[in-house]
Amino acid sequence: MAILINERTPIVVQGFTGKIGTFHAQDMINYGSNVVGGITPGKGGVQHLGRPVFNTVKESVEQLGAEASIVFVPPAFAADSIMEAAEAGIKYCVAITDGIPTQDMMKVKNYLKHFPEDERMVLTGPNCAGTISPGQSMLGIMPGHIYIPGDVGVVGRSGTLGYEAADQMKALGIGISTSVGIGGDPINGSSHRKILEKFEQDPETKVVLMIGEIGGPQEIEAGIFAKEQMTKPVVAYIAGLTAPKGRRMGHAGAIISSTGESASEKVEQLLDMGVTIAPTPSAMGETVAKVIANL
Amino acid sequence: MDIHEYQAKNILAGYGVKIAEGGLAYSPEQATQRARDIGGNVWAVKAQIHSGARGKAGAIKICKTPDEVFTAADELLGKNIVTHQTGPQGKVCSRLYIEAGTDIVRELYLSFLIDREHERIVMIGSSEGGMDIEEMAESDPEAIIKIYIEPAIGLQDFQARAMAFSLGLPAGMLSQAVKLIEGCYRALRDTDASMLEVNPLVVNGHDELIALDAKMDFDDNALFRRQNISELRDKSQEDAREMAAADRGLSYVGLDGDIGCMINGAGLAMATMDMIKLAGGEPANFLDVGGGASPERTEKAFRLVLADDNVKVMLVNIFAGINRCDWIAEGVVQAVKKIDLHMPLIVRLSGTHVEEGREIIAKSGLPIIMAETLADAAEKAVVARNEIVATAQGE
Repeated sequence: MAILINERTPIVVQGFTGKIGTFHAQDMINYGSNVVGGITPGKGGVQHLGRPVFNTVKESVEQLGAEASIVFVPPAFAADSIMEAAEAGIKYCVAITDGIPTQDMMKVKNYLKHFPEDERMVLTGPNCAGTISPGQSMLGIMPGHIYIPGDVGVVGRSGTLGYEAADQMKALGIGISTSVGIGGDPINGSSHRKILEKFEQDPETKVVLMIGEIGGPQEIEAGIFAKEQMTKPVVAYIAGLTAPKGRRMGHAGAIISSTGESASEKVEQLLDMGVTIAPTPSAMGETVAKVIANL
Repeated sequence: MDIHEYQAKNILAGYGVKIAEGGLAYSPEQATQRARDIGGNVWAVKAQIHSGARGKAGAIKICKTPDEVFTAADELLGKNIVTHQTGPQGKVCSRLYIEAGTDIVRELYLSFLIDREHERIVMIGSSEGGMDIEEMAESDPEAIIKIYIEPAIGLQDFQARAMAFSLGLPAGMLSQAVKLIEGCYRALRDTDASMLEVNPLVVNGHDELIALDAKMDFDDNALFRRQNISELRDKSQEDAREMAAADRGLSYVGLDGDIGCMINGAGLAMATMDMIKLAGGEPANFLDVGGGASPERTEKAFRLVLADDNVKVMLVNIFAGINRCDWIAEGVVQAVKKIDLHMPLIVRLSGTHVEEGREIIAKSGLPIIMAETLADAAEKAVVARNEIVATAQGE
């Protein structure tokens, strides 16, 4: 098992026929993901990468039973694509697009709340590398070969720092159940906490690694959940120790704008909540290994 | 993206928010002329720099005669102004806003910003204006009123009234308060601003509500659809290095140390900065080369990192996902040869085709220091930096 996706999950690609959509769809197919088709409004009816193209997400759900989608649509139109997926009955959507306006994401989050919770589409991203359940399915743009299957759940904001973690773990022979990128934007589909909830319920995940960064309240919210409601140990690394206040450190959301948002403050609070802290980004793998050894 | 006070006021005035009469000046002569045009016998001469807390830094001067306006303008123009928000390097003032003096009866605080926890716009008010809201949140959190705005329906009249009453405004001023509050909200919403702050919002001797200061910050991701806002950008107020990178489609963050960094991905960049700091060094900057690091892009990135005169050592840390290490290595070798680099270069490659990448660098014959891990790379960079500093001191 894993969370969010497995080898059977039928996937459609939104922005399928574009250059970026095509490249990554092919990569996902090569990995073994069950990509059943894609959507490009106005190009419905043709075949692309040996799979059907639809005008609307709804048609792909009705005709192929699509359950998951991945969005490569440009920033100006991405929010609309995400809402289309939710309305069509997609269960899980990954938004890769970087640069979606914050007010658009506010609208998306508000729109999703119109659906009853048990029917509501799960959204991760935007501005993320996607999700992978190693050996089963890849719904993202990551290098699939650096992940090996196992029982550590990974959730993080950054793509390449997630790769770094997977690589360190692979070197130590530690595998991953699912790795979820929640993205670097100020308002995102799922928080760290939402993903921790899913890992807590997944019988095959034994330990969770959370890779956070400066800015926003999500790491602390996740820490509270870990302390109060989780039975599984959580390891965390918080990036941005050197970040000065008020400077945006590459990610739109990586900015210390108020008290409690710096890396050192987050680390201090997480320690109080019983989360094991990886002291440096080089020590993510070995810290996870130590926690596994103590299980 | 930040804009100046006079630009923010101009936007607000378009939404029916009352502001004091004022005008822009680029010289002391213009400043006095503005003061004469405005009339009256008190003027505020306000330095236009992208920073709050200008009053405390002496960047706002109250003048009683046109001669005083001239002197104040002469002093402020061209001056490097340091506030607690600008950092020690300060910001140069090249424009002034000359404004009619306002007889202040009360000072209030009003702002709107995107609240990440609630994922909606929050309106914040306080009956104690003129203070730093962060300090107030610490010292007297009870004095701060927060009202959250439902994204689908927007700010409602009852919410604006609730804010007006919380600010302690009398019933007679209610309708103008609601008009001002709703005007501010619409200004933020329509321009994709991420923050709008009126501090202070004042009541004058005629029971009028006036936005005495205004600050707006915009969502960079939305600028593509806000051409009129993009045009307000004042590059002289922003980090020149960051502007140069942005013009080339690269993301750059300038810092104060001496180790230059080229990295792919913001998270890995922050982590690399952390490792440098833990190893005892200070990063000068980081440049995020992003996904497609072609030789051309790599060369551009090198030039941007090296444009910072403080850089003594350069560190490249790339985790190749979609990229391949051999392509990146090729790009690095070409860039180093073309630029004729004369400082230690530490390269750490990881991910796809890492062995081929390392081999290309080894065979190039260039004095590139290879590192295996993130920690190794940071340590080697700091050692190289310390050697250079020690040699320089020895000479």
